Amino acid sequence: MAEQAAQQKTNTGAAGHAEEVPILRRPGPIRRFVDFVGESTILAWQAFTSILHGGFEMRDLINQMAAIGVDSVGIVLIITGATGAVFAFYIATLTKQFGGFNQFLGGTIGYSFLNELGPTLGGVGLAARSGAAIAAEIGSMVVTEQVDALRAMAVSPVRYLVVPRMLAAIIMLPLLTALADIAGLFGSYLFALGAGVSGEEFWNSVHTYTKVSDLLHGLAKSVVFGFLIGLIACQQGLRTKGGATGVGRATTNSVVLCVILIFITDFFLAQILTK
Amino acid sequence: MSAVSVRNIVYEVPDKRILNDINLDITKGEIVSIMGQSGSGKTTLLKLLTGLIRPTSGHILIDDQDIAAVTEKELDRIRLKIGLVFQYSALFDSLNVFDNIVFGVVRHRHKVPRVELDQMVRERLAEVELPGVEKRFPSELSGGQQKRIGLARALAMEPSIVFYDEPTSGLDPITANTIDNLIMRTRERTGVTSVVVSHHLPSIFRISDHIAMLHKGEIVIYGTPDEVRASSNPIVQEFLHPETHLVAGVGGP
Repeated sequence: MAEQAAQQKTNTGAAGHAEEVPILRRPGPIRRFVDFVGESTILAWQAFTSILHGGFEMRDLINQMAAIGVDSVGIVLIITGATGAVFAFYIATLTKQFGGFNQFLGGTIGYSFLNELGPTLGGVGLAARSGAAIAAEIGSMVVTEQVDALRAMAVSPVRYLVVPRMLAAIIMLPLLTALADIAGLFGSYLFALGAGVSGEEFWNSVHTYTKVSDLLHGLAKSVVFGFLIGLIACQQGLRTKGGATGVGRATTNSVVLCVILIFITDFFLAQILTK
Repeated sequence: MSAVSVRNIVYEVPDKRILNDINLDITKGEIVSIMGQSGSGKTTLLKLLTGLIRPTSGHILIDDQDIAAVTEKELDRIRLKIGLVFQYSALFDSLNVFDNIVFGVVRHRHKVPRVELDQMVRERLAEVELPGVEKRFPSELSGGQQKRIGLARALAMEPSIVFYDEPTSGLDPITANTIDNLIMRTRERTGVTSVVVSHHLPSIFRISDHIAMLHKGEIVIYGTPDEVRASSNPIVQEFLHPETHLVAGVGGP
């Protein structure tokens, strides 16, 4: 085997400009995982140092905040509003078996939304809509050499592309989470009214069984999820290779990785924040 | 005096050497074309010369600064002297023509008055013979127009060296001729050094002061257009007259 390789090297000449096409093997899962963690960490560090040095344009950030907010608000409101209504339906169905515990309906839903459903569903909505858009946009810029054009003009892609998008996701997801909480509660309230629970009873229950700290826990989670979505979407976009297929792959990978990371991180954050 | 000096450049990717021991001197103010077959390493050499990738070994001197050895921050300072016109223009498709042209200027010069930017964009557009397209987006322009806007953007930073990646590929002969004229006029007007990577022979022989030919990652000839034409190197002759070699090949034993 080694002899074969040596013979092949001799045949291609001292210069080594081999004519054979190199075999590009797809790296294994461990190698891909290490690459992903390494690239994401480096990108996060570069973005962090760029922010520390004031390395971004305020107008780029505002544009991204507007784009992310407008892009994602619809999907987040629909997901959380519908989930709130469905959640109320199941809880009402379950409590009926025990003679009805309507006084707990608003509190159960409020507690669930503020702590868990608002930030996670808001994060999934943002990852699916804006995270995908970010990965696709940056991926297209990579394959059409626009990112090379930035570097050729001495403009850092991290400063121009990554920092505004990452910060915009960090700022906008808590706002979307607050809207998600409201939409979820409103959806469940509408269902509760239909099921014969009075509005007063519903909102009293919300007020009794939820605390400001529940809202703050949810918002703290959403800041972390926003950071992850902004970072992963940009990282996947920047590593795009191979034209339109590559852009599609980067977009899909971005959504899948963001959703997985949101739920894994959520598990650990839930342990930390409820201590 | 050399604007660009390439010394013993080697560039390798896993299992393959793309460029092998490249040496090249480009004199200030000249138009130098780098020609060669697809896959010969032309675009890789261009990316090395503009600092978009780093060589495996060797030195690339731009105005006597070795861009292969500097930090990214220092490289950014050197890049301000360089303009790059991309094969497919690489205009920012989310920005209109005006914002594309002023993109580098507003990010590297502080608080340039709007009047000055307007004036600069008008001048650059007049130079590339596309007045009045400031508000159009790249998708509203033809391929040839996009290339001209790409040149206007590259010239906005008043570089001392402009690199052109396949400036006439995919263009009809008349538009290609317009681009050639622009390259020559830009040099005459500004004295800028121009490095053109291309395999479009009529353009190369029309505009170049010197021509380098890359073949399998090595420079096989460097000379004036007349010297290249008169070369007895069979690789050069096959590239310049493929039809002759094709016929000879068909008719041969």
